[in-house]
Amino acid sequence: MREVVVISGKGGTGKTSISSSYAYLASKDAVVCDCDVDAANMHLLLDADFKEQEDFYSGELAVIDSNLCNNCGKCFEVCRFDAISKEPEYHVVDPISCEGCHYCSRVCPTDAIEMVTQKAGDLFVSNIKTGARMVHAKLGFGAENSGKLVSKVKRVGKEMALKEDKAYVITDGSPGIGCPVISSLSGANLVVLVTEATVSGLHDLKRAHQLTKTFNLKVVAIVNKYDLNREITQKIRNYLATEGVQVIASLAYDENFTKAMSVAKPIVEFDKNCEISQQIEMSWKTITNILKEH
Amino acid sequence: MKLTIASGKGGTGKTTVSSNLTTYLASMGKDVVLADLDVEEPNSALFLNAKLVHSKVANKMVPKWDAKDCTLCGECEEVCAFNAILQLPEEIRVFPELCHSCYACSELCPTFSLPMTPAKIGVISEYKNELFSMVEGKLDLGQEMAVPLIAQTMEYVDEKFPENIKIYDAPPGTSCPVIEASRYSDFVILITEATPFGLNDLQLAVETMRVLNQKIGVVINRYGIGDDGVEKYCQAEHIPIITKIKNDKEVAKLYSNGELIYDKIDHFKNSLDEIVTFIGGLK
Repeated sequence: MREVVVISGKGGTGKTSISSSYAYLASKDAVVCDCDVDAANMHLLLDADFKEQEDFYSGELAVIDSNLCNNCGKCFEVCRFDAISKEPEYHVVDPISCEGCHYCSRVCPTDAIEMVTQKAGDLFVSNIKTGARMVHAKLGFGAENSGKLVSKVKRVGKEMALKEDKAYVITDGSPGIGCPVISSLSGANLVVLVTEATVSGLHDLKRAHQLTKTFNLKVVAIVNKYDLNREITQKIRNYLATEGVQVIASLAYDENFTKAMSVAKPIVEFDKNCEISQQIEMSWKTITNILKEH
Repeated sequence: MKLTIASGKGGTGKTTVSSNLTTYLASMGKDVVLADLDVEEPNSALFLNAKLVHSKVANKMVPKWDAKDCTLCGECEEVCAFNAILQLPEEIRVFPELCHSCYACSELCPTFSLPMTPAKIGVISEYKNELFSMVEGKLDLGQEMAVPLIAQTMEYVDEKFPENIKIYDAPPGTSCPVIEASRYSDFVILITEATPFGLNDLQLAVETMRVLNQKIGVVINRYGIGDDGVEKYCQAEHIPIITKIKNDKEVAKLYSNGELIYDKIDHFKNSLDEIVTFIGGLK
């Protein structure tokens, strides 16, 4: 079992269209993970049926029992998150600001503060249109710990792939370079960095690539919308060449990309003969070859 | 006035709208400041031809073990809710990336052996061009928590530019970073695109903003390429559509080069005018 993680740094570069295409091409021989738990989209392209659901609990929240509170203000004094405020008769916790650190509940002299475990989101296992299964999630509103939810999605996906003897885990990562991305990357056999020929695309590519270097991961790249700005494309290619990163596809700016999304299909399903679909299919072959060696 | 430009989905045009809107308002003589709060991938400075005027290190406070008086009693490991402290047979190990700076271990330690000390998480930079100033927070690679840096970047802006109209370019998504960038604002503009992805992520963003009790309006970007799902949703939910920015490859080309758009493309400027009128009507 080999895991491919598709990330991009910048949002909107085509990451999900590409990872869904790989899921489509790998067909039954993969488990698919959507780790963009903040704004998950892959289920739309792969017709996920949300067959199994599980609550995901993570983090805690302080709750003050107004009957036990003697309004001494110790909790207010120790809270570093401005989460506690004073009412005339007792203190209250702002659930959005509370980090769940327990400090207030530890110093409360009347034991009026209880730490309550929070539901942080939903985890789903779905059947998808390729005949494979997909693990995905929805983070609760204002919930923290998206990194932990990402780890959970990956863990469930990998266990499933091992048990069912699948060749691949195909993971759609999250944007940025922070905690959810770091969790998406852990244990990856190959990272596909998707960028676009824009100044922001180049800027974010460098940061995302540097992040993968700190984890010593094997990386390949896809340049999307390369013909939008050939000068930037050249800069991207130069950067990647210097860093020894192979470009496995260069995709032209093509409105088919958006049209496919609008009818909820991966581009390789929407029009398998168009140029970008051919390119994506070739890049998937390159990936499977690389994975044989890694 | 504080205005946050946010979106659920990445790549819908937050930075394009916020950098053009700020420049446009400044060109009309308004005192504006732009804050790039997408600290994981800040990009606004690329578009504004601005010079760096000041930068400072952003820290968070983390405990640092002082072996001298420590009795290895284990209280610190016990009180830490984030597994950031590990007690080993002969030492206390701190994992700064996991620390939420709650101070519990430090202040509850009976021998004061975990004093809080600053640890670098990123850099806050202030830039200026001929029209206005912008402030950017940039998270160091390998740092996991964006929220403390977002908070510090907003504090910096409040201190340096107390009177200005503040435009916040928010991070994408719906979790803690975007909440931090939205909760103190007077209004949040959600940028989306008229596709099923755009709609799905817009719905998530709207639900988050409703939990925060935030006033919201929607800008539909790349209009004309997808479907009418977003419009129908906004109508059903009584969310104002502030403007629709036409899908236009010329806009994409200018953006790709890091150029401003409103001074070159009329329909884009008309859309900005609609946003300006809408904001004006909020007061």
